[in-house]
Amino acid sequence: MTDDRKPMIECRGVHKHYGDYHALRGIDLTIRAGEFFSLLGPSGCGKTTLLRTIAGFEDISDGAILIDQKRMDEVPANKRPTNMVFQSYAIFPHLTVAQNVAFGLRRDPRGKAEKAALVEEALAMVGLRGYGNRAAHALSGGQRQRVALARALILKPKVLLLDEPLSALDRKMREQMQVELIKLQRQVGITFVLVTHDQEEALVMSDRIAVMFEGEIAQLDGPEALYARPANRRVADFIGVMNFLPAQILGEAGGTVTVEVPGLGIVELPDRQVSRANPDDAGPTIGFRPETMTLVGPAQTHSQPRETSATIDEVVYYGDMTYYDLRLDGAAAVDGKARPVRISMRNVFGRDVQEVGTRTRLAWSPGSLVLFR
Amino acid sequence: MKGQGRGLQVYALLYLLFLYAPIILLPLFAFNSGTIIAFPLQGFTTDWFAQMWANATLRTALTNSLIIAVSASILATCLGIFAARASTRFEFPGKGGMMGFILLPMVLPEIIVAMSLLVVLLGAGVELSILTVILGHVLICMPYAIAILSTAFSSLDKSLEEAAYDLGETKWSAFRLVTLPLVMPGIISSLLISFTISLDEFIIAFFLAGNQPTLPTYIFSQLRFPKQIPMIMALGTVLVALSIVLLALGEYFRRRGNARMGGNPTGGFL
Repeated sequence: MTDDRKPMIECRGVHKHYGDYHALRGIDLTIRAGEFFSLLGPSGCGKTTLLRTIAGFEDISDGAILIDQKRMDEVPANKRPTNMVFQSYAIFPHLTVAQNVAFGLRRDPRGKAEKAALVEEALAMVGLRGYGNRAAHALSGGQRQRVALARALILKPKVLLLDEPLSALDRKMREQMQVELIKLQRQVGITFVLVTHDQEEALVMSDRIAVMFEGEIAQLDGPEALYARPANRRVADFIGVMNFLPAQILGEAGGTVTVEVPGLGIVELPDRQVSRANPDDAGPTIGFRPETMTLVGPAQTHSQPRETSATIDEVVYYGDMTYYDLRLDGAAAVDGKARPVRISMRNVFGRDVQEVGTRTRLAWSPGSLVLFR
Repeated sequence: MKGQGRGLQVYALLYLLFLYAPIILLPLFAFNSGTIIAFPLQGFTTDWFAQMWANATLRTALTNSLIIAVSASILATCLGIFAARASTRFEFPGKGGMMGFILLPMVLPEIIVAMSLLVVLLGAGVELSILTVILGHVLICMPYAIAILSTAFSSLDKSLEEAAYDLGETKWSAFRLVTLPLVMPGIISSLLISFTISLDEFIIAFFLAGNQPTLPTYIFSQLRFPKQIPMIMALGTVLVALSIVLLALGEYFRRRGNARMGGNPTGGFL
């Protein structure tokens, strides 16, 4: 997915030290205008620090940050063309909703009536029309979130920074807000930079995602590429569920790697299914997603090129889905038992949930495997 | 169980009586026409209040005490705001030790503080006046001010000020527009507590005031003269009434502040 929109945020070799702690280790990153961009990673990976350096709340120790092609070294947070939605929303509790939203207009020379119209417009945009006179402290979590959005967007920033904005909401509300945020972003066309530790949230909302570990970007890609072709084992493990099986490399020729995987047999993998960026890995590993393999009943036929027999070890029923933990015949043993792999099956009409202990067949294709070496 | 409950009730009643009976005696004898503080009561009079009002030294003492208490409470609270904000918002080397030393006067015997201050001030050649008393009182009020204000500051979300800054305000205007209104209940509590501590403080005032009387030192000096005692009772009555008004005001502001901010108590002390 190439894109020739102009760069909005550029990080060039950004480092951040807190005393001995190296929080950002050379971040190089270009976020394009109008993009919905996510910084994804576990807590302590530096994603929030990176966001705060873009906002101007933290100085950088080395490197440069450019917003709209201007260096931000000497520009403090209150002069940057960015606005932030905080994790806690940071709604001013002593003000009304309208006063909160109008806060950023205090230094704006426009007249009172004009500002009031802007506030009303901003509130309408986030679905809070008519809430202006409510006390801010009396709002629910979702409403606070909307006020925080309106308050930031009323200034028409070039970049909206969102620091885990949905983490305080319950699941239903969160899913609703995800969709609303996407719509809002398309409507206003502003560059959104979202920080989240929730991989699902990042996949749902973003145009592109930077996965961060220990102050470095491990992979920068679109959601689909990130999910289907993780750059290394760690990214694969962090995004969604991935099964890992130890493998042995038999040979390599003509852009194809031949590996033997106990439990799956010998497979030939083209180079695009091989991830070589695993410096600290113990050894070659095969990875596959739970939904890429299918359980096949005794009398059933299938069109997959490969088949493996297995025993069902555990069944986890989710309503729409069932997760099966399987022990593949001939798989590498851990503590005398085959290491289980997880398979997910959609519970379509007519398909029975299998029972623990059942012998079963597993249909799959080498095309769904990724080799980490 | 019921018998035990009754016992505790009686205990609580006696306890409260023991605490407040002496204070109830103040207005009784302040309006009593007899010169001797003893029952039975003689007749009703307001002479003692008139006598108190006409007493020039007492008026000086009262003025001095008010000047000292107002100055000390404002100074201690302002310094307390700096210290409380610094200690709750920033990490810096030696923070623990520094805060410990600032809070130390709370547990130091006051007589030690007063004596050492006197020695230092005399050694430095500073003339004793109500100014020196103000300095001494700031020292002993600071720990209380900081204790109250730290609670107020630490219950504040750090990102509130950042949000204001992010929305285009300067660091100072962000503090003024957001933090200050939100910690106001704590500031009022701190002012009131410091005022009360300073107003009835005796030891430091006695050591550092030079020949200037303050209310407590004046009252103490008058206790030697039995015929002055009814007037002191009248003075005590006025002070008690004032304290009650002050506390009620403080509590009113605190509750109003809480109601406005959605019942998030910030540094309520009263």
